[in-house]
Amino acid sequence: MNTPAGLKYSKSHEWVQFLDDSTAFVGITDYAQDALGDLVFINLPEVGDTVVSGEVFTDVESVKAVSDVYCPVTGEVAEINEELLDNPALINEDPYGAWFVKVTGISDTEELLDADAYEAVCAEEEG
Amino acid sequence: MKLIFERSRPGLSCDLLPPCDVPKAGLFAPLRSAPPRLPELAEVDISRHYTALAGQAHGVNDGFYPLGSCTMKYNPRVNEEAAALPGFAGLHPLQPVETVQGALEVLCTAERLLCEITGMDAMSFQPAAGAHGEFTGLLLIKAYHTSRQDTVRRKILVPDAAHGTNPASATMAGYDVVSVPSDEKGCVDLDALRQAVGADTAGLMLTNPNTVGLFDENILEITRIIHEAGGLCYYDGANLNAVMGIVRPGDMGFDVVHLNLHKTFSTPHGCGGPGSGPVGCRQFLAPFLPGDQAVEQCGSYTLEQSTASIGRVKAFYGNFLVVVRALAYVLALGREGIPEAAQNAVLNANYLMSLLRERYDMAFTEGVMHEFVMTLERTKKETGVSAMDVAKAMLDYGIHPPTMYFPLIVHEALMVEPTETESRATLDEAARILLEILDKAEHDPEALHRAPERTPVGRPDEVGAARSPKLRYAFPVV
Repeated sequence: MNTPAGLKYSKSHEWVQFLDDSTAFVGITDYAQDALGDLVFINLPEVGDTVVSGEVFTDVESVKAVSDVYCPVTGEVAEINEELLDNPALINEDPYGAWFVKVTGISDTEELLDADAYEAVCAEEEG
Repeated sequence: MKLIFERSRPGLSCDLLPPCDVPKAGLFAPLRSAPPRLPELAEVDISRHYTALAGQAHGVNDGFYPLGSCTMKYNPRVNEEAAALPGFAGLHPLQPVETVQGALEVLCTAERLLCEITGMDAMSFQPAAGAHGEFTGLLLIKAYHTSRQDTVRRKILVPDAAHGTNPASATMAGYDVVSVPSDEKGCVDLDALRQAVGADTAGLMLTNPNTVGLFDENILEITRIIHEAGGLCYYDGANLNAVMGIVRPGDMGFDVVHLNLHKTFSTPHGCGGPGSGPVGCRQFLAPFLPGDQAVEQCGSYTLEQSTASIGRVKAFYGNFLVVVRALAYVLALGREGIPEAAQNAVLNANYLMSLLRERYDMAFTEGVMHEFVMTLERTKKETGVSAMDVAKAMLDYGIHPPTMYFPLIVHEALMVEPTETESRATLDEAARILLEILDKAEHDPEALHRAPERTPVGRPDEVGAARSPKLRYAFPVV
């Protein structure tokens, strides 16, 4: 499992890459994409939408199931990664390159973990 | 194989009708500017086309079909004979009622017997299949609350292990869905349920036995909690096969029930359908039932629609011939046979589980009813062989795979429902094959990644199918 040290993580398996205190990219982790399996479809919010930390902001569909994705930060969607809409497999291939949204004006975040703490969460889930 | 359009050759046709001996006349206001592009084939070629298609599929008549949560039991031939009787098969839905008394008697009798099995008071046969039944049942719940001017009830509670259709149907009916977590035993977490209910609770949707194949022993407490909050309880009949004739949803406290005649009552299922998802309810909901109800008055039958009805949810009377098949099944089994079928369904599942549980990890083993859930998580970690690989390998042995990756609360799930149809010999053979596949996973995992290799189609490109499905024939440009 790949867990880059420079990122922050949520317990619900999203990663956050802060560009500055109030701007960040958000995606799903390597652990998440592996558990989901091959992704075939992704919904993304629209630019300008408000996202709220801890709430569902989009969903992804794999060959197994449709799963909700929770937003780890509160803010406004500044950009969406339109490339993913045509090719969601990018999330399987490079989960940390395949950002979902860029959020600006971040006012709040979930409890975010560093890489070590997140790996411990995953290890616990694995049992 | 070729599509039927690719087999078409201009000028070929079937002699189903004698040659036309009167002048041809067009429609007064033709809606089409060109004739429809129908394939042109001789009858023998059509017959061969569909026989070849059937050869590429696997049905319950081809082999063991332990598809969990789907109850793929054998469909007795006698059902087909009953449904093919000209007095049923040749009916027109707008015939005068005095000419269709037998058909209405079928609807009334089926309603009476299925209400007895479910503990309900009335039933509509309009819904065409299970999810349609769920949607219809929720409309009854909504109509009930609305009739009482109780319009704040916006939420339907659904356990996290539920069939995906449950939250989907609730959403379609305009409700907000609240997911109720399962406890460590796989049943509804009562404390979480108590916290979730309130003045905004419209109802609860539940299967019992639930989606992991366990009978929820707290069922009376569950339905009491919902009723005390003013909500209604909806029983998803998907798993009725485990308890039919033994426990009645009505006695468990449910107010609305849908049945899947194509599962529990042995009518064709899957692509062979059509299905039938009748909705039963207690008396206080009966005025809201959809469409026309067949009723008996002084020895003759008629059709009536209540003024409070939610209206039709399907044309006419639902898939009537499916009801004929289900009635034939219920009458053939009778009062003794119905519970015996349920007992054998539970026995078969527990027998097969006992043959496998030493080497396959089971998600739950206590109180398993008609189906059991295996988790291949350990196998995947140790060998790289996933639930999907095992399922695909089963195809090479002529067995339809179990349900995969469901319920979602179990990782690498394979959900096995043998049904009462299968003999001990079939179950022994299936266990031998599953254990052989596990041996292969340990010694030659690559072989399982390649499976199936002996089927007409290998591994379909599921990602491609989901992303760029080709749903229409592209006619060549002339």
